[in-house]
Amino acid sequence: MLYGYLAAERGLSVAETGLTSALVFAGASQFLALQLWSDPLPVGALVATVTTVNVRHVLMGATMKPWLGRLPVGRAYGSLFFMTDEAWGLSMAEMNRGGRDAAFLPGAGFCLYVFWVGGSLLGGAFGGLVPDPERYGITFVFTAFFLALLSGFWRGRADLLPWGIAGATALALEKALPGTWYILLGALAGSLVGAVIHVRRS
Amino acid sequence: MSVDPDVLAAIMLMAAGTFATRIIGLWLVQHLKPSRFLEAWLGQVPGALFAALCAPMVVHAGPAGWAGAAATLAVSRLGGGFFLAIVSGVATVALARPLLDGL
Repeated sequence: MLYGYLAAERGLSVAETGLTSALVFAGASQFLALQLWSDPLPVGALVATVTTVNVRHVLMGATMKPWLGRLPVGRAYGSLFFMTDEAWGLSMAEMNRGGRDAAFLPGAGFCLYVFWVGGSLLGGAFGGLVPDPERYGITFVFTAFFLALLSGFWRGRADLLPWGIAGATALALEKALPGTWYILLGALAGSLVGAVIHVRRS
Repeated sequence: MSVDPDVLAAIMLMAAGTFATRIIGLWLVQHLKPSRFLEAWLGQVPGALFAALCAPMVVHAGPAGWAGAAATLAVSRLGGGFFLAIVSGVATVALARPLLDGL
């Protein structure tokens, strides 16, 4: 809904907002695209930035192999269309608990999809009625969501070093790099250190 | 309810690029030989990725945001569940903002 509200402020019609949410379906990158939205439309920069932000999906998709690797190509890639940070995070948590149902990812993703597209349309159409979402802490929902997901991945003190490196790398690179490369590079640094420690220990 | 042709082109290209990022990872691991290191690495990705995503968000969130982050993590770690953790964080921010951000 927040997306629809902000998109309307940027001059997108309700139909354009709905189409973006329905086809791109990647929250963080859609917000970033709105930041770049101007007239004339910088199509190249928009596409490059959005794709770059979503490069993290490559790592995420790779981790889905235990579930999707056994499926026919069409169904596997169809499921991946619904892979968002949230659906993936929930799926990884389910996989950690020993879940084996590959339908979990598209299932979780589709629920989010309905809310995301529906919310975008509602926000675009009626967002003007909310004077100041910042005041009610609504913008903190994203942060809280990802923090709650992160805490679900805590397995013990061995995670402290890789996570610390990931966070510190992200913070150090945030201002130095365009777009959200810092997320990808932070994740790479932290996960590689974690993997080296893990392999050495076992 | 109008759709501008330039906007439509941008939307379609953003959608195509995003879908490509979603499927490349699975394709890659299906066509590479899995090694012990690769498996250990993939297991480390989720935590590291969310840590890299969260660290700047939290650092820039300001005093009320820090209180909200602490509340979210505390409720989540104490077994309060996913939804309750988020609600506690958002409620804390809403309550703390007038108190802390005015300082």
